[in-house]
Formats: sequence, C-alpha cells, structure tokens
Amino acid sequence: MATSMDEMKGYQHDPGASTALVTTSTNVLENLINWSRRSSMFYLLFGLACCGIELMQTGGPRADLDRFGSVPRATPRQSDLMIVAGTLTYKMAIRCKLLYEQMADPKYVISMGSCANCGGLFQLSYSVVKGVDKIIPVDVYVPGCPPRPEALTEGFLRVQELVKREKQKAKHRPQRAPTDTGAGYAVPEA
Amino acid sequence: MPALTAEQIHQRLSAKFGDAIGPLSPPKKDPHFTIAPAKLLEVCRFLKSDPELAIDFLQDLTATDHPKDGVIKVVYHFYSYKHRHLFAAKVHADRANPELDSLDPVWKSANWMEREVFDLFGVSFKGHPDLRRVLLPEDWVGHPLRKDYSEAGGYRDISNVRDNPLDLYLNLDRMVKAQKPAPAPPAPAAAAPAAAKPAEPAKGA
Repeated sequence: MATSMDEMKGYQHDPGASTALVTTSTNVLENLINWSRRSSMFYLLFGLACCGIELMQTGGPRADLDRFGSVPRATPRQSDLMIVAGTLTYKMAIRCKLLYEQMADPKYVISMGSCANCGGLFQLSYSVVKGVDKIIPVDVYVPGCPPRPEALTEGFLRVQELVKREKQKAKHRPQRAPTDTGAGYAVPEA
Repeated sequence: MPALTAEQIHQRLSAKFGDAIGPLSPPKKDPHFTIAPAKLLEVCRFLKSDPELAIDFLQDLTATDHPKDGVIKVVYHFYSYKHRHLFAAKVHADRANPELDSLDPVWKSANWMEREVFDLFGVSFKGHPDLRRVLLPEDWVGHPLRKDYSEAGGYRDISNVRDNPLDLYLNLDRMVKAQKPAPAPPAPAAAAPAAAKPAEPAKGA
C-alpha cells in the first residue's frame, strides 16, 4: 500500500517534476486518477475460443489477476478492458464491435493469442477475421497459441503502464490513426 | 426382432423401390447406397414406418461436392434405436440446381443439419420449415464448401487482407541493397578480373 501511495503522489517517481519539488495540482490529480483507474481495471468476459480457457485460468487462484485489482465483468458497460480471447469470425466481429462501443471511455483492448492478433492458424479460412485490429483499436498484443496465464498477466501489466502515462488534458485518448491493416474500422449498421 | 445387416436392409429396400435404390457399396467400406432424389421422401417415410427397419433416428446429414461429376452428394446416416442397426445413404443432387425434399417432416433432427448443408453447399430443401443460414451471417454471399467458391474479399467492409510482416523486412532488405550499390560495384568489378586471372593459368596448366 505504501508503494502505491508513493506512486499516487507521482512526483517522487518523476525526475523532471521532482526538481520542481512542487507539482501542479492537476498533475497530482492526474496521478491519482490514473492510479485508481489502473488499480481497478475490470475486464469484459469475452472468451471466444480456447484462449478463453487460459483467460479463466488467469482470473483463477493460481495466476490471480485479482491481485492487480482486475476482476471479470459480465457486461461491457461496467468494463474498462476488453480481452479478446480467441478466434474472431466475421459473424462475431459485428458483435465484438458492438460490445466495444458499449464500453465507457476510457477503454482498452488486449488482443490475446495468435487468432485475435492476425487470424493465426485460421488465417486462410473464409470466415475468420484477420486480426481484431481490423475492427477495433488494440492496445496490447499478447502472442501465443494460447498464451500462458503469465503472458496474459504481463500483457495486463503493459496496459497498466499505458494507463499510468495517460494525460487527462486530452479528454479522450488520441485516436489511433487507422493503419493500412486496420482500414476496415467502420462497420455499418446491421 | 434382430438387427438387420446392411445387405438385408439394401435387399429389403431394393425389393420395394427397385431402380430408385442403387447398388450396395464394396464390402470394405461403410455400407451405403444411393437413393434417387425423386423417391427420397417416400423411401424415408418407409424407413421410419416399416416395423422391421424402424429407423427412428437420423444420425447425420452432410454433403460433399463433386464438380467433375456435376453433383453434390448429400449423405444421410440412419440409425435404429429399436433394432440397433445402421447404414448410410447418398443422394445425388444436381450441382447446377441442387434441390431435394426436406426430411424435416420425417425426422426433426434434419432441421438444423439441412440448414447447415444449405448454408455451406447451397442445397435447397423443399418443404423445410425455416431454411436460413445457420453458421454464417445471413447476408453472406456464396456457399463456401463448394469447390469453386472464392472469397468475396472480406465481409461488409472488413478487409480479409493482412500484410505479411516479413514483407516489411524483405522491403527493408531491398532498400538497403538499393542504397548500397554506389560504393559496392567497383569492388566486385575489381575483384572479378583478379579472380579471373588466377583461373586462366589454372586452365592453361
């Protein structure tokens, strides 16, 4: 807890700010918000295939994602983090996009496993999306088929790092420019 | 009543329906025979109602595509819980206009399996109560398990192309090579005659 409180103050860990000794109140507030936000990253239960089993293991007692304050939620409206765990088909992609849009800002996405990253084993299939970044912006890619719980935990810690660096001045996170591979952002209404 | 062998079942059906029943498969294969599409529903009603056959379960319904023969072979697996016997039947549907009678009125298990065959092979089943796609999205174009199916280029506006990350490295390689030649060529040009000169005496010797 002590470490967390130190982190909360922020300036003790920020060499640039520590020279000034006194930081602005917005900076402190920002650190407070980011600390609380990253310490309660609720993730959406979104197991699509065998990665879903590893996702359950990660939430289970051995890997215990709960120790980082992350617990599964069954609805996107209460979730901060979407872990896309498994093979995404075109039929499911429409639902995936819908679920992502239902999540409240700020929201983060982990693409878990080869299938969600790029289509993986099923990339040549007619019905599988070639990576979840074709439809929603992805923050962290976790490789593996499926990734072990340790790998997913590390992916989660990377997301926490992202949250730690977040600036509240930009009310929303800067939108990632759609890359050539992520061109198909907009999905028309069904 | 005892379980019938596939030969007995085949004989029984041949006696009743004649030409509509094809010859039995070679002995080493799973026993199966063809049924004429026009007689399919009639044969199946008989299979279910006949007390000696009493086929009370349609185990499986699937299909295979044979473009060279111009047919889609729809495969039915029948089983009788009463007598514990089983066999398979194939029905050849015309590939250009595949249409068969639905078996939903006889066995309810045919419902979703026929929808799947419709979804993936485009066989339409006459008399099916709800013939919609069951696996793919409803606005999908084409029937992907047909041999001549080609992807329509993704779905809605989701592209189905993903760049190979290795291409990036290959391009980098090419770029590096394209930049290097300016100093590089003189060295090989100088080296080549030097290499050639020792070779000539070797030949002469």
